[in-house]
Amino acid sequence: MSVDPNAVNSSSGPGLLSRVPVLHWLRTQLFSSPLNTLLTLLTLWLLLATVPAIIDWVFLKSTITATSAQECRKVTGACWAVIVEKHRLILFGVYPYEEQWRPLLATLLLLGVIILSGIRRFWNLSLLVFWLIALTGAAVLMWGGVFGLTHVENSRWGGLPLTLMLSTFGIAFAFPLGIALALGRRSNMPAIKTICIVYIELIRGVPLISLLFMSAVMLPLFLPEGLTIDKLLRAQVAIILFAAAYMAETIRGGLQAIPKGQFEGADSLGLTYWQQTRLIVLPQALKIVIPPLVGLFIALFKDTSLVVIIGIFDLTQAAKAALVDQSWRGFSIEIYVFISAIYFVFCYSMSKYSQSLEKRLATEHQR
Amino acid sequence: MANAIISMQDVNKWYGKFHVLRNINLEVASGERIVICGPSGSGKSTLIRCINRLEEHQKGRIAVEGTEITNDIRHVEAIRRDVGMVFQHFNLFPHLTVLQNLTLGPIWVLKTPKAEAEARAMKYLERVRIAEQASKFPGQLSGGQQQRVAIARSLCMDPKVMLFDEPTSALDPEMVKEVLEVMVKLAEDTGMTMLVVTHEMGFARKVADRVIFMDEGEIIEQNTPDAFFDHPQNERTKLFLSQIIH
Repeated sequence: MSVDPNAVNSSSGPGLLSRVPVLHWLRTQLFSSPLNTLLTLLTLWLLLATVPAIIDWVFLKSTITATSAQECRKVTGACWAVIVEKHRLILFGVYPYEEQWRPLLATLLLLGVIILSGIRRFWNLSLLVFWLIALTGAAVLMWGGVFGLTHVENSRWGGLPLTLMLSTFGIAFAFPLGIALALGRRSNMPAIKTICIVYIELIRGVPLISLLFMSAVMLPLFLPEGLTIDKLLRAQVAIILFAAAYMAETIRGGLQAIPKGQFEGADSLGLTYWQQTRLIVLPQALKIVIPPLVGLFIALFKDTSLVVIIGIFDLTQAAKAALVDQSWRGFSIEIYVFISAIYFVFCYSMSKYSQSLEKRLATEHQR
Repeated sequence: MANAIISMQDVNKWYGKFHVLRNINLEVASGERIVICGPSGSGKSTLIRCINRLEEHQKGRIAVEGTEITNDIRHVEAIRRDVGMVFQHFNLFPHLTVLQNLTLGPIWVLKTPKAEAEARAMKYLERVRIAEQASKFPGQLSGGQQQRVAIARSLCMDPKVMLFDEPTSALDPEMVKEVLEVMVKLAEDTGMTMLVVTHEMGFARKVADRVIFMDEGEIIEQNTPDAFFDHPQNERTKLFLSQIIH
C-alpha cells in the first residue's frame, strides 16, 4: 500500500483529519487539547457577539453623507457625517479658517522630515540641514508675519499640528538629554552623578500634569517683573524635561547590559571616554533598548494631550471643542473614534518602524 | 635592568582585603618574550592588566617605556597606545565589521587617514591569514578566527608591547593551533616584546625567552624554558608542572 504523499502527520493515522491540510491545521492549532478547544469556542463566541455588531455600526448602517444632525439621528449606525462637518476644527483647532492650509503644510513638512530621518540612506550631515529647513519652514508657516503671511498668535494654534509639534520637539530634545543624564548617572564624578540622580528621581516622582501646571502657573510667579516666557514654550520645556528622566533610566539599562569586555577592548586601544561612548558603547546600548525606548516615544505622543490642563489646544481638546456645538451634540463616540484612529495611526507607525529598525540592525551581526 | 621597556618594582595590589599581587619585581627588556604561568587565582592576569591600567595597583611602581603609570589619564592613554592587548574572550566590537574593528583605533587614536588605516588593516589581516573575512561581522566568525582578528586589531596600533591574557583558553582545541601559529609567527618575524599568560607549554618552549611561574600573587620562579621545564627549582613549581601535561 503506497504512502499517501499528502499525509501530514502519519502517526495520527490515515484519517481525514490528517490528510486535508485545513482540517489538520484546525485540529493542531485550535482544537489540540480540551483547554484549547474551550478557549477556541470562547473566542469564537466573543467574536460572533461583537464583530458583526461593530461592522454594522461602522460600515453598514452608518452614513457619511448626511447634511444635518437630524438626518444623522435617524440613522442607527455611526454618523460619520459629523466628522465630515467638523474635521477641520478637530484637526486644526481654532486656527483661522482661511489660513488652515498653513498648519497643513507645516504638518506635512514635519512628517516628511520625520520619515526621512527613518531612512538609513539619509543618516548623515545632510539630515541636519533637512531638519533645520523643515523646522524653520514649519515655524514660518505657523507664525506668519513674513512673506505676506498674516501673523497668527500661537494661542490659536491647535489640533494635530500642535500635538505633532509638541511630540516631535519633545522627543528630539529629550533624547539627547536622556543620554546625557544616563551617562552622568553612571559617572565617577560625585557632583555630576548626584545632580543626575536628583533630577531623575524628582521628575519621575511627579506626574506630567503637575509639571505642566507648574510651568503654566507657578513659573511666571518666580520670573522677574516684565519677563514673560511664552506659555507654549513653557509647556514644551516641561514635556522635554519630563520625558528625558524616563529615557535616561531606560538608556541606563542598556548601558548596564554592555559587557565589561567591550570597555576593556576599547580601553586597550587607547580610546578616550567620549570616543568609547560614542563609537562602541552607545550604538550597542541604544540598539538593545529600542523596544522600551519606542514605548516611551509612543507614550509621550499620547501624553501631550495633557496640555489641555493649561489651556493649550491639542488634538484631544480640539475634539472636545467639536462636541460643544449644540447642533451636532450626541455624536461623541464618532468623534472620539476619529481621534483615536489618528493617534493609532501615529503610534502604530512608530511601533512598526521600531520593529523594522530592530530587524535591520540585528541582521548585521547574526548569522 | 637599564632601558627595560616594562619595569615593575615592589608592586602590590589588593581586591578589598584579598592580597592579589605581592611585591612583584619584574623587568622586561625590549624584544623579550615572556610566558607567565601558574594555577588559577595566582594573579597572572591581574599582573599584565596592571601594565595597561585595566587594573590599578595600590603600591609600588610600574613604568612602561620610562613613563610611570599613575592616575594621570594622559599618561595612561599614551601607554595604551603603545601596549596592545589580546583578551581571552576576544572583546571584538560586534556592531562593526572586521575591517572597522581594525581601523577604529588608528583612525580615532592615531589620527591615521581612513585609506591608510584600511590599507594597514588589510596588511595585518593578511598576516593573520583572514583577509577574506574583512567585511564580515565578528558574530559570523569562529572563535579562532575572532581571536586572530583581535590580534590583528592590536597590531594595527603598531604597539611596542603585546600582552596576551590566556588567548587560547576559550577556544576549541582545533582552533588553539591556528592562533598559536599566528603568535609564533609574530614572535619570529618581528622583534615584538610579548608577555603571554597561557597554559600552552609547547608554545612556551618554542618562543619564550623566559618563563615565569606565579602562585598566590608572588613570582615563585623564573628561568629559560629549558631550565624551567627540565630543572624546576622550587617545590611549588615542581608540583604545578607535575599537574599539567606538557
